[in-house]
Amino acid sequence: MNIASFAPLAVVLPILGAALTFLLIRHSRAQRAVSIALLSLTLLLECFLLASVWDGGTAAVTIGGWLPPWGIVMVVDQFSSLMLVVSSAVSLAVLVYATGQGMADGDQDAPVSIFHPTYLILVAGVSNAFLSGDLFNLYVGFEILLTASYVLMTLGGTGPRIRAGVTYVVVSVVSSVLFLISIAMIYGATGTVNMADLAVKLGELDQGTKTLLHVMLLVAFGIKAAVFPLSFWLPDSYPTAPAPVTAVFAGLLTKVGVYAMVRTETLLFPGDTLNTPLMVAALLTMVVGILGALAQNDIKRLLSFTLVSHIGYMVFGLAMSSTAGLGAAVFYVAHHITIQTSLFLVTGLIERRGGSSSVDRLGGLAKLSPLLALLFFVPAMNLAGIPPFSGFLGKVGLMQAGIELGTPLAYALVIGGVVTSLLTLLAIARVWNRAFWRSPSDAEHPDPVLLAPPMAAVAGPGAKRNTVTLLPRTMVGSTLGLVVLGVALTVFAGPLFTVSDQAAEDMLDRSSYIQAVLGEDTTVPMVLTSGGGK
Amino acid sequence: MSINLTLLIVMGALYACGIYLILERSLTRVLLGLMLLANATNLLILATGGYAGLAPLYSKEIAAQDYNDPLPQALILTSIVISFAVTAFMLGIIYRTWVLARQDEIQDDVEDRRVAETPSFDAEDDAEIPAETSEFPVATVVAGGREMSAESAAAEEKPGSKNVALGPEGGGK
Repeated sequence: MNIASFAPLAVVLPILGAALTFLLIRHSRAQRAVSIALLSLTLLLECFLLASVWDGGTAAVTIGGWLPPWGIVMVVDQFSSLMLVVSSAVSLAVLVYATGQGMADGDQDAPVSIFHPTYLILVAGVSNAFLSGDLFNLYVGFEILLTASYVLMTLGGTGPRIRAGVTYVVVSVVSSVLFLISIAMIYGATGTVNMADLAVKLGELDQGTKTLLHVMLLVAFGIKAAVFPLSFWLPDSYPTAPAPVTAVFAGLLTKVGVYAMVRTETLLFPGDTLNTPLMVAALLTMVVGILGALAQNDIKRLLSFTLVSHIGYMVFGLAMSSTAGLGAAVFYVAHHITIQTSLFLVTGLIERRGGSSSVDRLGGLAKLSPLLALLFFVPAMNLAGIPPFSGFLGKVGLMQAGIELGTPLAYALVIGGVVTSLLTLLAIARVWNRAFWRSPSDAEHPDPVLLAPPMAAVAGPGAKRNTVTLLPRTMVGSTLGLVVLGVALTVFAGPLFTVSDQAAEDMLDRSSYIQAVLGEDTTVPMVLTSGGGK
Repeated sequence: MSINLTLLIVMGALYACGIYLILERSLTRVLLGLMLLANATNLLILATGGYAGLAPLYSKEIAAQDYNDPLPQALILTSIVISFAVTAFMLGIIYRTWVLARQDEIQDDVEDRRVAETPSFDAEDDAEIPAETSEFPVATVVAGGREMSAESAAAEEKPGSKNVALGPEGGGK
């Protein structure tokens, strides 16, 4: 019995947790304990999965004993197990942060009792999407996580959240319909929805049909991953949600889209037929995204635009379809999940301490709360790609791969990547200068919280009872944990690069994935590239 | 594989109506459009199974090609359940929009409008004389060829401010 056969537990445990927390809906303390315990257990399991895949190679689990290509399979390879570990670690940190916020605010702010079950369903959907070896099951995974995200996005049902939620739901449903249409067409063309089987059978189709199916899938995933010009919905809808929800969405949901794009490009449609359009999309995503970020005053909106912009780096790595490029993209995904989530969590803390997330109203936070400044500064520099942080290492990997490729478009992307990195630094520096460095009285519309003398809140009799803790220890602790994880990605960048390069090599080779699902004696079709083959 | 033409035409009509409806600004119509799109897609999945055949219950006498393909129907069942849940949720949101805003329309993002209307000039980034925020202020600065106190120079740069130190003509800006 291999540890990999426990892979479905990564989906089952969070769903079980959701059921339990739903039963415990009136006992918030028990709810917290159950959800944190089950998510920690899931994370532990996934660490074992990563280790076992690292030793024993790709493993496939058939559900209910139906053999592939008929039954549903779950496949654990290096990329999916790495994604599972990073995503669970991040979602655990966000869960702790959210419970801290709930405890500090006395749970009166929103119907928090449904937060825990919904959140665990979201985690289950993300795990299902990462593990799925079946196109339709991937669709189901997407739907699970999207439906949970609709609820989280509109939590509390306030005006702005409902407004943002409508856009989000409509765009997501349209992208899901597109995905379903492509599944139907793929099934019509090949008679199978098993991804390993498809990898063999799609190669036998003629080029026109193949390109149509390929483009349909990429458009559907491109909406989910927020690739320009399909990214318009993201900065509109993410910033209004509660801070922990935005953080987990920013970290995970777009990356599930990127994951699906990587699988499409490497497993289903290998070769370089659509690499040029993908590269152009990557360049535009990077540049247009970051230019949008420069115009924003609200930190959450600014971060949403940088999120869009940095998806461009991952698409760039993917579009090169070389081991170096894909490896760097895998590394960048792991880095970006951690960093983007911690930045959104810090913004939540800024909002609590400074009363607002708009840079027009903030100032002097570095003096008021040096720890908060540190928590913002480290991931912010990491995002901008300042050496020696992992953001810098990931970008260097991408640039190296781009220069190795050597086409004019690749050079354009390398230059675009450097410019985007500098503009990210500019956007982040504006936030830093205004929110942290200047004195609060210099802000355009300073928030009264910042101008109040430090101890005024506790001065009057009975005042203490009415004040909420501005920076609860659990929230700061979980944010600190994530920031430390981001720094750890820098310290252990060497081993992580080994893992991601190995994952990229396996994905481009395809044989370990296909043979793990369909049996050792399956012949893997050759990949034809227009550049004369590998 | 043969395809039922009637189903195909119905599917096309549903897609056309669905796409027309989701381009409207009224939320109820958008919802109806999404439902039509989901149903059109269900028909598409059904079409991939080919002509209707016998129920897929195994019997020795029936040749394999006479059975119906059961997989598309399983897929449709799943997709119906999903679109049911999403429709219910959408109805909830639409009702909430009606309660909050008394209108059945997609509303603009206020912050987005505000950013779009913000002039590109930014007093702190773009002012010719930077607003003095240092804790060690300079007493005088050179502006427009003449010396003036830093404080009045900064005040001049604030958008909408009256000229503090009057020019030689004695008039305002």
